[in-house]
Amino acid sequence: MSGPFDVRSADVLIVGAGPAGLSAATRLRQLGVAKVIVVDREQQGGGIPRHCGHPPFGMREFGRVLTGPAYARKLVERAVHAGVDLQLGCSVVSIDCSDGDLVVACATNRGALTVTAKRIVIATGVRERPRSARLLGGDRPLGILNTGALQEYVYLERLAPFRRPLIVGTELVALSSLLTCRKIGARPVAMIEAGSHSTVRRASMALPRLLGVPVRYETEIVDIEGRRRVEAVTVRARDGRVDTIDCDGVLLTGCFRPEAALARTAGLEIDTGSGGPAIDQFARTSEPRIFAAGNVLHPVDTAGWSWREGRKVGEFVAQDLAGKLPDAKPAIKLTAGPGIRYVVPQRLVPGEGGFENLQLRADNDVSSGLVAYEGNALIRKQALSTGPERRILAPTSAFAGARGDVTISIDGEEKTSNRSGSECV
Amino acid sequence: MSVADVAIVGAGAVGCAMARRFALEGARVILLERGADLLSGASKGNSAILHTGFDAPPGSVELQCMQDGYAEYLEIRDSFNLPLLETGAMVVAWTEGERAALDGIEAQARKNGVSNVRRLSAGEIRSREPNLSTRALEAVLVPGEHVIDPWSPFLAYLLQAKNHDAEVFFNTEVLSGSFDGSSWALKTTSGEHRARTVINCAGLFGDRLDARLLGAASFQIKPRKGQFVVFDKAASKLFSSIILPVPSERTKGVVLTRTIFGNVLVGPTAEEQEDRERATVDTETLKSLAAKAAEIVPGLAGMDVTAVYAGLRPATEEKSYRIAVHEDRNWITVGGIRSTGLTASLGIARHVYKLYAKLGNEHQAVASPITPRVPNLAEHLARDWQAPGFGEIVCHCEMVTLREIERALSGALPAGDFGGLRRRTRCGMGRCQGFYCNAQLATLTAGCFGSPLAVGDAA
Repeated sequence: MSGPFDVRSADVLIVGAGPAGLSAATRLRQLGVAKVIVVDREQQGGGIPRHCGHPPFGMREFGRVLTGPAYARKLVERAVHAGVDLQLGCSVVSIDCSDGDLVVACATNRGALTVTAKRIVIATGVRERPRSARLLGGDRPLGILNTGALQEYVYLERLAPFRRPLIVGTELVALSSLLTCRKIGARPVAMIEAGSHSTVRRASMALPRLLGVPVRYETEIVDIEGRRRVEAVTVRARDGRVDTIDCDGVLLTGCFRPEAALARTAGLEIDTGSGGPAIDQFARTSEPRIFAAGNVLHPVDTAGWSWREGRKVGEFVAQDLAGKLPDAKPAIKLTAGPGIRYVVPQRLVPGEGGFENLQLRADNDVSSGLVAYEGNALIRKQALSTGPERRILAPTSAFAGARGDVTISIDGEEKTSNRSGSECV
Repeated sequence: MSVADVAIVGAGAVGCAMARRFALEGARVILLERGADLLSGASKGNSAILHTGFDAPPGSVELQCMQDGYAEYLEIRDSFNLPLLETGAMVVAWTEGERAALDGIEAQARKNGVSNVRRLSAGEIRSREPNLSTRALEAVLVPGEHVIDPWSPFLAYLLQAKNHDAEVFFNTEVLSGSFDGSSWALKTTSGEHRARTVINCAGLFGDRLDARLLGAASFQIKPRKGQFVVFDKAASKLFSSIILPVPSERTKGVVLTRTIFGNVLVGPTAEEQEDRERATVDTETLKSLAAKAAEIVPGLAGMDVTAVYAGLRPATEEKSYRIAVHEDRNWITVGGIRSTGLTASLGIARHVYKLYAKLGNEHQAVASPITPRVPNLAEHLARDWQAPGFGEIVCHCEMVTLREIERALSGALPAGDFGGLRRRTRCGMGRCQGFYCNAQLATLTAGCFGSPLAVGDAA
C-alpha cells in the first residue's frame, strides 16, 4: 500500500458498527472518553439489523417496537449525536499489537487510513455457515444462499433470488426467513430439519403451519440438482426414504459462526467452541488491550442482547483506560465439558465487576442441570431445562471462589434426542 | 460471409492458448464456445499447478508440450501481469512401498531434463515443512513446480488474440458442418460460421464433435471427476511446498497445495463417470478429502472450509494426448488434454501451429504483438483495494472492489455469467460464500448475464 492518506489517533477504536459496536462507542462517549472511532466496512452503519425488515427491534433500547432498518438508523444517530467518529467504507486489514499504541491499518476508497488507538473493541458479528462449509453434495448452481443474503436481496436490493425455495433448518432465523419470503411472494416448498424436532420452541412452529409450509424432521439434503439455477433437491429421511423435491432455491438458515477472521489475523486466541475470540469477564481477549463484544463472542444472540453487552463492554474499556481494571493475569480457565458447546467468558481473573453472568450453549436438549467442577470438586450445580441455540446464563459470582481451572458440563442425564443437525456439518 | 483461416471450437485452456498462437502467427481466427464465457467446461476446475513435466512419459508429445508451455509461461507472464508462486513440490513417500518408487521418480525426472530434483530425508522434510506429518519417510524435491492463477492466463491469451482480430462467439455450440474441399461451413446455435481449417479443442465433447462433423471419432472421452476442498486462508501459513503423493498408474493422486489466492487446496479425486455435464460434490468424499489433508498436515484438522468444487477432466481410453491431423478435411483434433493441459496449453498451441503450417498454410506473423495486462488476483501481490479510488469493497472476504467488478463486466471480454465474474475477480469465493455480497452482486450484474442472479423484483 502506498503511504497512508490519513493518520488518526483514538482512545478507543471499535471495529464493527452493529448494535454491539455502536452501543459500546456511545457508552464510551457518555462516560467522557474523548476520541472514539467506529469503523465499518459497509457503506451504512447499523450492522445486520439494516436488512432485517421485520420487527421487533428496539424495545429495550428505544422503548418501542421498530423494524430492523429503523432500529439501525436510530443506533447510528444516537452514536453520532454522542460524538462518535463513524468511518464507513473502511475495511480493517491489519492490527499491529507491538508495544506502545495499537496500530490499525484500514483500506478506504480514499486510500490507506492508519489509526493508532489505546484500546480496540472487536465487534465484527456473525454470519451463517454457507453451503461449502456444510459439505453439502450436488451441483453448484445459482439460488443457494443463506438467510442473510436473502434479507439483503429483499430489503436492500429489492430483488428476489428465488420463488420456491427449500428452507433448511429450524432456528429462529428460519422462521424469520418465512416472513422475508412472504414479502416477495415466494412460497417455500418445505422446511427440513436434521433433528427430530425444531430448534425453536415447538409453539413457534405454528408459523410454517399457518403459512402452509410443510416441515420434515430427521431429513437431510443428499443432492442438489440444477445446471444454471437450482431445479430440484433430493432429501433423505432417517428411515432411509429418499425423495426429490422440485424447487428453484435452497435457503440455508442458521448455524451461525463468528466473523472472526480479523481476530485471528490479529493473533488473538480463538475459542474452538464458540469460534470467536476467548475473553475474560471484562471482555479482554488474549491481548488485554483488545476487547470483544456482541455476536463475535457467542453465536448467536439477539440485537438487543448484543446492544446491552456492547454497553457493558464500553464501561469496562472506560474503566481500563482509567486504570481501574484488575490485571489480566493470573486467570483461571473455564472449559466447556460434555454437553456444552461453549462458555463465554473463557477466563476469570480475580477481582470485582465484569459480566454478571457466564453465557453458555448446550449441544443438545437438556432437562437435568449444569455442573461445574474445579478439579474433582463440584463447585456449582444449577437446574436447567433448555435446548441448543438457547442462551444459558450462570452467575459469574458463583465462580469467584475458584482457584483452579473449572470445567462446566451438563449433568450426566441429558436427554439424548436424535438431534444431529446441531453441529451443522 | 467471410471465411476465417481457422475456427477453433472450445474456449477452454487449450482453445484460448490456441486462439492466441494462431492470431500472433497472423491467421484470421474465430473461436466458437458453447458456454457463456471462457473456461466454462473442464478448464474451470483445474488445480493451478505449473508442472515441470518431471513425471510425464519420456519422449511424449505431452512432455514436449508441457515443457514448451512451462518455458513460454515464464517468459511472457510479466508482460501480461500474470503471477507465479514459486513453491516447489515434494513427492512424499508415506509407506515403504512408496519409498521404493522414489528412485524411479527421480530417474524419470532426470530423463525428462528436470535435473534439479533431489532427495530429502525425513529430517530434511521436517526442517523445510515443520507442520507436515512426521509419518513422511522420504521425498523427492522438485523445485520447479509452481502455483499460478488458474484462470487469468486464459483471459490474457484471449484478450491478446482479440487484439489481433480474433473473433470470439459465446453461447455458440457447433451442431453440424460441411466441408467443400477448401473450407468448412459450421452450423451453430448462433448461425453459420465459415473457416478453412477447424481445430477441435472441445474438451469433454471433443470426441462427439469429431463424430458429428467427421463421421467418426478416433477416441472416446471418459469423463473423470475430481472433487476439491478449499480451506480458509489461515491454513496457508501451515506449509509452503506443493505436497504430491507417489502417483498410481491411473492418476497423479490427491495433491495438497497453497493457492495463488492465499488458501489451501486438497484434491482431486479421480472418479470415472458417463455424464459430461454434471460434476457434483458429495459429502462423504469431501469429508474424506478434508481428513486426508489433515493426515498430511495435522494442523488442518478442524480448519474452516471455504469452498468445495468438482471438475471433469476429459480423459480418454488412453493416457496420451489425442492430437490428430485430418489432412484431407482441413481438421485438427486436439483431444484428451487432461490435468497437464494448464501447463501444456501454450506448448500445445505451438505444436498444433506447426502441424497446421506443415499442411501448407502460411500467414504473416504479427510484427509487434499488443500485450494486454490483466488484473492481478494473486494474494501475495498488490491488489486493487490497495490503490485509492476503488469505490467500495463489495466482497469483503476476498477484498474485491467495485472498480474490479465494473471492469470485469465491461471491456473487450466482459464476464458472460456469474462463474465468469468470479473467475475474473474472486468475488463471492471467500469464507462467507456470498452471505454479505451476493445480493449486491445481483444488482451490479443486472442485465449482464443470460442467467441472472435474481429471478425478478421483490415486489
